[in-house]
Amino acid sequence: MFSKDKWSEVIQALTSNVFRTILTAFGVFWGIFILCLLLAAGNGLQNGVTQGFAGMSANSMFMWTQPTTKPYDGLPEGRRYNFKIEDVAAIENNVEGLKYVSPRNQLGGFGGANNVTRGLKTGAYNVYGDYPEIIEQEPTDIIKGRFINYNDIEEKRKVAVIGKGVQSELYEYGEEVLGTYVKIQGVNFMVIGVYEKKTATRGDIEEEQKKIFVPFTAFSRAFNYGNLVSWMAITAEDDESITALKSSVFEVIKERHRINPEDNNAIGNFDLYEQFQKISGLFTALDFVAYFVGLLVLMSGVIGISNIMLIVVKERTKEIGVRRALGATPWQIRGQILFESVFLTIIAGMAGISFATLFLYVVNYFLESMPSEDMMFLNPSVDFLTVLVALGILIIAGLIAGFIPAQNAIRVKPVEALRTE
Amino acid sequence: MIEIKELHKSYKVGKNSLHVLKGINFSVKEGELVSIMGSSGSGKSTLLNILGMLDEADSGSYHLDGVQIKNLSEKVAANYRNKFLGFIFQSFNLINYKNALDNVALPLYYQNVGRRERTDIAMSYLEKVGLADWAKHLPTELSGGQKQRVAIARALAGQPKVILADELTGALDTRTSYEIMDLIQQINDEGKTILVVTHEEDIAEMTKRIVNLKDGIIIDDKKVNQVKAMANV
Repeated sequence: MFSKDKWSEVIQALTSNVFRTILTAFGVFWGIFILCLLLAAGNGLQNGVTQGFAGMSANSMFMWTQPTTKPYDGLPEGRRYNFKIEDVAAIENNVEGLKYVSPRNQLGGFGGANNVTRGLKTGAYNVYGDYPEIIEQEPTDIIKGRFINYNDIEEKRKVAVIGKGVQSELYEYGEEVLGTYVKIQGVNFMVIGVYEKKTATRGDIEEEQKKIFVPFTAFSRAFNYGNLVSWMAITAEDDESITALKSSVFEVIKERHRINPEDNNAIGNFDLYEQFQKISGLFTALDFVAYFVGLLVLMSGVIGISNIMLIVVKERTKEIGVRRALGATPWQIRGQILFESVFLTIIAGMAGISFATLFLYVVNYFLESMPSEDMMFLNPSVDFLTVLVALGILIIAGLIAGFIPAQNAIRVKPVEALRTE
Repeated sequence: MIEIKELHKSYKVGKNSLHVLKGINFSVKEGELVSIMGSSGSGKSTLLNILGMLDEADSGSYHLDGVQIKNLSEKVAANYRNKFLGFIFQSFNLINYKNALDNVALPLYYQNVGRRERTDIAMSYLEKVGLADWAKHLPTELSGGQKQRVAIARALAGQPKVILADELTGALDTRTSYEIMDLIQQINDEGKTILVVTHEEDIAEMTKRIVNLKDGIIIDDKKVNQVKAMANV
């Protein structure tokens, strides 16, 4: 199969009309090129969008209270209520399969007034009262000091972890941060750590650096929140899905707050997992479209090869006759035509893959040279598996392309073949 | 070497059947140089095709070197052609993208002879036909006579038992034809059995036996005094 003779036969046959060979090969080249680009584009979009989810544990949801919309148990609709700190324990005890249930409180908000001061400098930041688990749910890099721990929670220590953005606004360059105090709405908190967030969940990565985390208990006491909880971040165990578990969570809350079990609007939630699933589905569909379109384009290339091989066989009818007169068996003739067709297809395909890779390399180079945080397109690439799949498709395509011409080649009787002028 | 008995062959032309060979009885011994003559339509090419296993007879028997040639599968036929027969054609039928050496080596390729050995054998046959210096030339760079010499070398390369030549001088001028016939006579003198199909009297005179074919039957089969081609060049 891979003897030097066979190769030289194929090379000789293909180089006997170089221009036609190149034109024929171009069809397959173009097909595989388009297929690779489409897959890479899908991949790039996927990378870009999932990067947005990288700042979050995807199997999570957030929930908050909303006015009730149905009367229940003697209570009117439109009633407002608040989560209580006791709800957290109730959820943990009644719903199996949850990893973290983190109550959260928050001061400030987008475009809020200045609420934090240090000496003469002031700034407006979001201040969160949090449990230590939140760093698992919303991964953050601690670049100096430490994050909040359970001792802070239990002793209600007034300590704070500030963002890099907060540090650069409230401190001089090179100034020692740890152990200093910032005043949050008039209450002093000692800075114990600085974080940096590498990726943004939503919106602006600059804003993501301008948060302050303090222990949940210290927050409640310092700012008079009592046992109120504004919202919760809930993460399911890795082998569970939060989308499936959230209704049981809602049931616990509804029961504890005398909400109509039918009232689906009383609890607001944002389900990251569900969003993630939706987007994953979208990408599966995109991949499908890429394969579909790519394969169709490739198919037209293959038909081109098949067509040319038919002409080649026709042209070489006499040569085939001579070869058979000299003792070539039908399978040797068939094998030669198939081998030529597969060889041409693979060479053209590999050229297409290489060219697509080069093209993507250039695209990546330009994408990287102009970094943008909300880029929806990141590192478009084709993985090795895809290349292998493409190679498999090419071999099959080559065989299909060569099959009919090869059959034609041996159908002609040697006498008739020799008589052809 | 060749034994043919009561050979019949007819072709279908539209609705009519054309009876081309009407009972041929014919035998060739080893070392003979036979010419088959006849006007066009006499069935001489058909006979040669059947002898060359390129076509099959409707009835009758054909033995080549003691082996019965009948109902062969394409694969076996290919194998027999390769082992038993060498072909020389009127239009040379060299593969035009292969150089002279590769063309000569082709039957050996189908005999699964190794590349180096093949090249050596092919080269020795090219020397024999006087074209060693042209080994690397493509057929398009050769004259008609040279092409036919390459074709003869190719027919010899597989060391066949019988060489079948179909109008081998048909495309050549008289002088070149005689040179080619001289080569054929040399090869025959070395003991090869050769069958030549021709319609040229002077070429037939250069063989040792002339078989005359007319309308599908042998009308005449006689030994002749061989005219040496060299004398006429």
